[in-house]
Amino acid sequence: MPKAASRPPLFASQHMLAISDFFPIEIAAILDLAQHYAEHGKALSPAQKVLTGQTQVNLFFENSTRTQSSFEIAGKRLGADVMNMAIATSSVAKGETLIDTAMTINAMHPDYLVVRHQSSGAVELLAQKVSCAVLNAGDGQHEHPTQALLDALTIRRHFGKLEGLIVAICGDILHSRVARSNIHLLSRMGARVRVVAPSTLLPSGIANFGVEVFRNMADGLRDADVVMMLRLQLERMSGAFVPSMREFYQFYGLTEEKLAHAKPHALVMHPGPMNRGVEIDSSVADGAQSVIREQVEMGVAVRMAVLDALDRNKGAVT
Amino acid sequence: MISRPHSATGRRAYLNGTVLSPRQGLNGPGGLLIEDGWILAAGPDVTKDSIGSSAETRDCKDKIIIPGLIDLRVFTGEPGSEYRETLASASDAAAAGGVTTMIVMPNTNPVIDDAAMVDFVLRRARDTALVRVAPMAAISKGLAGEALAEVGLLKAAGAVAICDPTRSIGNANLLRRALTYAKDFNMLVCAHVEEPNLSGGVVNAGEMASRLGLAGNPAMAEVIALERDLRLVEMTGGRYHAAQISCAASVDVIARAKAKGLPVTCGVSIHHLTLNENDVGAYRTFFKLSPPLRSEDDRKALVAAVADGTIDVIVSSHDPQSEDTKRLPFAEAAFGAVGLDTMLSAALQLFHSNDIVLARLVEAMSQQPAAILGLESGRLAAGAPADFAVLDLNRSWKVEDSALRSRSKNSPFEHRTLEGRAVETVVAGRTVFAYAP
Repeated sequence: MPKAASRPPLFASQHMLAISDFFPIEIAAILDLAQHYAEHGKALSPAQKVLTGQTQVNLFFENSTRTQSSFEIAGKRLGADVMNMAIATSSVAKGETLIDTAMTINAMHPDYLVVRHQSSGAVELLAQKVSCAVLNAGDGQHEHPTQALLDALTIRRHFGKLEGLIVAICGDILHSRVARSNIHLLSRMGARVRVVAPSTLLPSGIANFGVEVFRNMADGLRDADVVMMLRLQLERMSGAFVPSMREFYQFYGLTEEKLAHAKPHALVMHPGPMNRGVEIDSSVADGAQSVIREQVEMGVAVRMAVLDALDRNKGAVT
Repeated sequence: MISRPHSATGRRAYLNGTVLSPRQGLNGPGGLLIEDGWILAAGPDVTKDSIGSSAETRDCKDKIIIPGLIDLRVFTGEPGSEYRETLASASDAAAAGGVTTMIVMPNTNPVIDDAAMVDFVLRRARDTALVRVAPMAAISKGLAGEALAEVGLLKAAGAVAICDPTRSIGNANLLRRALTYAKDFNMLVCAHVEEPNLSGGVVNAGEMASRLGLAGNPAMAEVIALERDLRLVEMTGGRYHAAQISCAASVDVIARAKAKGLPVTCGVSIHHLTLNENDVGAYRTFFKLSPPLRSEDDRKALVAAVADGTIDVIVSSHDPQSEDTKRLPFAEAAFGAVGLDTMLSAALQLFHSNDIVLARLVEAMSQQPAAILGLESGRLAAGAPADFAVLDLNRSWKVEDSALRSRSKNSPFEHRTLEGRAVETVVAGRTVFAYAP
């Protein structure tokens, strides 16, 4: 098994907490390694299973199907022992604080802690308290860095680049950590990012994120290379942010008609899980331009790359 | 969208009158030439010699031709309370009062809060009403003040603005979202301004209320709600119209907001310009209004604010109530007064008393409401719809039940003689009212 030190580091950080911590050259290096795992990750030799003998704990305070299983498969393919903490039946449910939970887990000396939490900043707080590498699997409305990396990898595989592409991110920008991570990553890599949403679903000051802001789909999608739809949660459609599901679908749901404003072979993406007939029409979600299933596939490769890269940085831990 | 009554065909000329259309610079002798529901020409050049021989003519000597009035606040009972008023009966009263477009309020039963209801009102109006009708739709679903109505779909169906007409939106976050969301659809948000927890009374708070032993409703209830709303306008940039203000302090608040450049307009009811709290007298329920009639100082401030343009529009706030809702002890009686028949004549009292010039009164009841809603009517100019009224400033008439065309008769002007009125009202080129004393 190659020692961590014999593989070159990809980035400086000890954790993967937020895209905003990473330089473009570091992001490109992660994507290159992820591309390698996308091609070869399923049949690694024992020597290539660089996490053999290490422990990865998945700590999901919020429900997740695809992200949690994706991290689990990624760790296992690299040879790690993966444990899923079931929060609902744990001592958290008995009232333990986040920091006490972290200290308890830390005392068992895991190597990687994959955390999802409903509060923005919670994963970073936890990272300050533990001695292992922490991977943010989504914190509140802040960031979801591995999702942005897998989206970028998917786009790069189709266009061979990110620079200069027009990417329209549509729907519930306000509550979306996926949108924030994607905005940071794509604009860092030289893509032109647009956000398209009703004003009630746009965070204040969004224009200062370096994006173009649109309030209607026809203008926002015009000549786009990539159309990225976001999930709109049901409780946000009953008059609080948007009057109703049918109104949202009418004005912001991605239909073939609206997609026609984008470039002819524009990619259609969605981080899942989808509300069919709300933010995206089934004919589009399952259509020829959709790469939604490829995104899931790239998720495993990206998470393998991030785990591998964090392993390389271990020797540098002070 | 506005219901379109059937247009008249043929060419007709109104000659030898005074033509008044302030923003077109028309205020002098002249005439009006119309054809097939549209205005062909207006002004001094329209004379017997200029129009040719094919036109039918009407002599308007000693009369004034003004744009048809556009009333931004009309309650009808259709659907739900047709015994009080239908779109047809309200339009009959409107025509008699020189009003050619009624903007109807959404607090019907069922509430106008979805596209099908907007469509229903527009179809009913097209089939039954003499004048043009356009609905405002609800801001909140069911007017419950909780969840935002389908603003985009309502606009697509033809609603001209959104409004919860009789209650302030208590939840500041809902109003914030409404202003933010409506802005994307270029939809006006129209608000009733009255802090709900401060406004349980039935008359203006003060000495008069104390003497009558009635619960008072302080002017501050309005000012506080208005100030809060305007802060939200500042925050969101949404277009906002205060449906009606009733006191001097509110005038100051509006003036400051306009000085800041906020997208704000406001209205005042004709009753608050011509009556005050003392008119309530011996518990006369026809003077029970929401907001209540205020002090004489407030009334004077409102009149001055219309004259200087701080208040943009005058509305009738036409609210038909039947005997069973008005013939009750004062505190139990319903709020509201009819006003479509009498708005123009009552406004002319302010002209006769030299408080407001005629051009400004006409502007505040026609061109300015049209501008707020983006309507093409409200002006006398070639290419505009032939919606106008012929005014006789000196024609006096007595407001009796028999003279009122509204199905309900709760007019605070009952038994009074008013000086000046519309003697002919034309909508889309068709004469919908001709005065026959």
